[in-house]
Parts: sequence; C-alpha cells; structure tokens
Amino acid sequence: MADHNQTLRNSSSWGGRRFVLLTALIATLATIGGVALLINIFEHKQEGRNPFYRVVELNDEIVDPAVWGKNFPLQYDDYKRTVDQVRTRYGGSEALPHAPTQADPRSVISQSKIDEDPRLKIMWAGYAFAKDFREERGHAFMLEDQTYTERQHVVKQPGTCMQCHASVYTVYKKLGGGDLIKGFETMNQMPYSEARKLVSHPVACIDCHDPATMQLRVTRPGFIEGYRAFKASQGVANYDVNSMASRQEMRSFVCGQCHVEYYFKGPEKRLVYPWAKGLKIDEIMAYYEENGHKDWTHAETGAPVLKAQHPEFEMWNQGIHARSGVACADCHMPYKREGALKISDHHVNSPLLKINRSCQTCHKWPEEELKARVETIQTRNFQLRNIAMDALLDLINDLKAAKSTNRTDNAMSAAQGFQRKAQFYLDFVEAENSTGFHAPQEAARILGESINFSRQGQNALRSSPQTALTSQAPLQIQKVVAKTK
Amino acid sequence: MKHQTLRSILLGTLIGMAVGIGVYTFVYAKGYSYLTNNPASCANCHIMNEQYDGWLKSSHRSVATCNDCHTPHNFIGKYATKATNGFWHSFYFTTGWFHEPIQIGSRNLNITEQACQKCHSEVTQAIAISGSGVHAAKNGESMSCVRCHRSVGHLH
Repeated sequence: MADHNQTLRNSSSWGGRRFVLLTALIATLATIGGVALLINIFEHKQEGRNPFYRVVELNDEIVDPAVWGKNFPLQYDDYKRTVDQVRTRYGGSEALPHAPTQADPRSVISQSKIDEDPRLKIMWAGYAFAKDFREERGHAFMLEDQTYTERQHVVKQPGTCMQCHASVYTVYKKLGGGDLIKGFETMNQMPYSEARKLVSHPVACIDCHDPATMQLRVTRPGFIEGYRAFKASQGVANYDVNSMASRQEMRSFVCGQCHVEYYFKGPEKRLVYPWAKGLKIDEIMAYYEENGHKDWTHAETGAPVLKAQHPEFEMWNQGIHARSGVACADCHMPYKREGALKISDHHVNSPLLKINRSCQTCHKWPEEELKARVETIQTRNFQLRNIAMDALLDLINDLKAAKSTNRTDNAMSAAQGFQRKAQFYLDFVEAENSTGFHAPQEAARILGESINFSRQGQNALRSSPQTALTSQAPLQIQKVVAKTK
Repeated sequence: MKHQTLRSILLGTLIGMAVGIGVYTFVYAKGYSYLTNNPASCANCHIMNEQYDGWLKSSHRSVATCNDCHTPHNFIGKYATKATNGFWHSFYFTTGWFHEPIQIGSRNLNITEQACQKCHSEVTQAIAISGSGVHAAKNGESMSCVRCHRSVGHLH
C-alpha cells in the first residue's frame, strides 16, 4: 500500500514537472519574442525620428559639396553617383575609353553625336558644334567635358559659359563685391580660360540650396532675369523668383536655371534667356526675329542661323506633366525612403532608370508597359526628327546650289530666312534632352513646322525673284491662330 | 519549502515576465490606439506617413477617416478587418518583406470600393443601372471608382 502511494506521488510529481517545464519553455519563447518585437519597434521608432546631425556649420561661402555632405550624407552619396554612364534607348551616355593627351586628359568620354548622325555636321556647318558634339554626361562631368571639348579650339568662348558649367555662385559674389549680378557681368566679359581658373566644382549643393535653411533657391542671374522678363510679358511686373515662387515651382525652377535655350547678347556677352515674349518656340523665334540675333553664318548657304540649346524647361512647360503640376524633381529626383527618412534622390538621371519611384508613384501600371509607352513616344519623335532633318538638308543643298550661281535676290534671302527658322525649330527638338517626351504633341508640332519651313524655303528658291514668298502660312490659318491665342 | 511551491513561483515569474513584457510592448507601441478611429494612429509606424499627409489635404478629410473607407461598415466586419490588417501589416513591417512604394491588396481595395458605393449610393446606383459610357462593366467586373477618382482620399 505504501509502495503504491509512493508510485502515485512519483508519477504525479513527474507529470507536474513536465507541465512546469513545458509552460516555462513557452513562457521563455514568449518572452524572447516579446523582447525581440519590443526592440524592433524601438528601432523603427528611432528611424521615425528623422535624425539630423549638424556636424559642420554651413555658410554662404562653402562651395565644396563634400563639406555639405557631412551634414547630409545620404543626399551627398546620391549626388556623387551622377558619374554613372548608363544608356537608355534614346538618351544616356556610353562610357568610351579615351587615350589621355596633354590637351585632353580625360580617360573616359561619351559617344559622338555628330558621328552617329553626320547630317548634324551639315546643319551646323561653320559652327563649333560641327567639330565636336558628344552625348551629354551626368552633372559630375559638366565642367570637365566643357573644359576639354574640341569646340574650345575652334572658337574663343567667353566666361559666360561658366554660369551653367561650374558652381559659380560664390565666385560671382566675390567678383561683384557681394553683388551677384555685378559679378555675373564681370565674368561674362572674361575669356573662358581666365574664368575657368576661378572655379573648381561642377554644380554643387550651394547652387540650389540656402545653407541656413536648405530651402531651394535660384542663384543664376540668367534665370532670374529671364523669368522676370517672361512674367512681365504676362503682366506681372518685377517678378522675383526667390521670394514669389511656390515650393513646387522651385522644384522645377532650380533645374530651369540651366536646362534652357539661351544666347550671348552683344559685345558684353551677357547671358540672356529669350523669354521676353513667352516660353513657346514661336515666341522665342519672334524674339530672335525682332532683335535679329544670329549665332553664326551658315558656311554652306550664308544664312544667319541660330543654335538651339537644351530647352528642356521650355518644352516641359508645354507638356501635360507641367500642366498637372509635376515638377522636374518629381521624376528626375523622385522621393525615396532611407530607413524612415524620405529624401529626394540626388542621383539626377533619366526617370527610365527608376520607373518604380518616378512614374509608378502616379501611374499604377506595370513597369514594362510604362517603359514601352515612353519608348513609343520617343520612337515616333525620332522618326519625325529624321524626316525634318532630311527636309532641312534638301533645303540646304538647294541653297548651296543657288549660292554657287551667286544668286542674291529677295528669293535667296527669303529662303535663307526659312532655313534659319527650319533649323532652329528642328534643333529645338533635337537639342532637347527627352526625345520629345517632355511634350510629345508640341515636339511633333514643332517638327511639322520645321518641315514646312524647309518646304517653303525650297518653294522660295523656285519662284521668280519678283514674287519671292515671304508669308509663313496661308491667310486663313493665320486668322485661326490669332483667334486661339 | 515544498518543491511544488517553488515550481509555482518559478512558473508564475516566467508567465509574469512574458505577460509584463507583452503589456509593456503593447503600451509602448500604442497598441490601444488601433482600437480607436483616430487617423493619426494609422501613421504610428512611419510607413503610412505619406498616405496620412495626403489625406490631411484631400477633399475627404472632413467627411471620412481612414476607417470609413478602409473597414466595412458593420461592427464585426470592422474589427475583423482591423485585426487581420493589424496582424499582417505588423508582420510585414517588422520583417521588412514588403513592396515599396506600398500597394493596396485586392481584399482591401474591395472594402474601399464598397465604402465609395455605400456613401455615394445615389450616384453609384444610377451608374450601375445605366451601365453605359466610361463606367460600363467589362467582363462582368465593374470599373473601380478609385481608378479615376484616386486623389479623393489620398493620392499616393
């Protein structure tokens, strides 16, 4: 009996021990899980605090982006990546090896656009671009690529170029004794080689950001004056971009400081954005027609021609994205998450290389579908550009033949005038870095106009000297245009 | 002291620790806030910050909170959805296994769709009956309201 009781007690104590062990094990696991979760939540909460460490004091004199990068390491990391050379179907650049020489120490360059399409050499005959024109590379190369382009050997460039090829804000202020515009005027009149010695960085943090608040700001006199003139044409007097533009506008204006059409005005080589009549190509053309500016005289035809320069800002302004309030930075510097920090991607490049963050934020369709859509637009634009290029070359050939017979009548100068327009309209799309995407319909319209100008130029040459064609469009169409404006 | 008592103390301590840590974690993570209707609690963990910011500026901010569009309009459905989403959102946020930018799943999209149709029933019923034009049903599925009216709640 006693033995039996002992056995019972043993077995119940064994069962109890097992129960305790099992419960302890579960409780232990639950505790481990609980603590792990607690720490995870703690870490996420730390992330959520958006830590910012002021390692250095920034001021309006510090140009070196590496110093700014100490306070903003994530943005600086991205900024440094603009050295990447990646191709998209129609844009981007390829890294080609280059044997460094005394005159050009670059070991890597990008592909030559005038070799890709030799028709460009004929369009630009007599101008430095016919000598050397390569695919643009990232921001990191803006100063280097301009310093060593062969164009420098063909023409004597002014210091004006620095406005957009170097971080020039502090230099302007120094030259002008604190006055930005005065410094700008001084540097414009320097020879390129002399101005080059004053700058050392490509575009840097200080060019777009206020060092005290990090707010966006416009530092380029060309844009400040150009946009003021544009606003004046809309009836807004004394527009000051830095105090009157909205934050979202600034996210395009800082890019528009340089990605625009421009010319050097007068002997003082003042940089001017031709926007006094408006931002559309017709208004820019009217501006140039009024002041009679020419960039050079075409070597084969004698026409007073113009070179259009990367008018991304103007073209984007005519497109649906601008109309919907989408800024340059929304697609080219889309927001991204680093931990819990939301930052702008400072690796500025083609949105086609980051469709997920740039396009898909608004357009919830598969990546491949979006890419195909962009490329369809660009392919159509490129085909139309080729047609316009052929049309222009036909006109240039006809003009060349006419010139060789020493023809100097009204028809000849009318045809040269049409070449000037046809070429500027075509170049406006050709030089624009989106292959039509920034405003597909407008780009197509411009190319259509260009083809028409080439056709009218050829017609002018065919007409007798007395009845030279000078009207641009039939009367009826002019009336319709006037009504819609 | 008897062995049994010692064991009970050990057991009690262990369970107490687990419960204590659990309760603390719940409070620390503001777990209780998820039982409320306050939209700010949906942005407790920062991943929904943009949606919350967007809603603050949207046309619906004064008439609908997160729960009005993202949970069914009945007691059981509401808390069942809160529990399911609460579990999976926490799971994916903790592990980090999720797509960025975050996307709504089909079950939750369906709940939102029901919410549109419930509050705007006069309009949506008229559309459902006429069944023509851009809103016409295709392949047996009706067109989603938010396909076009995406910005009413929050754009992103």
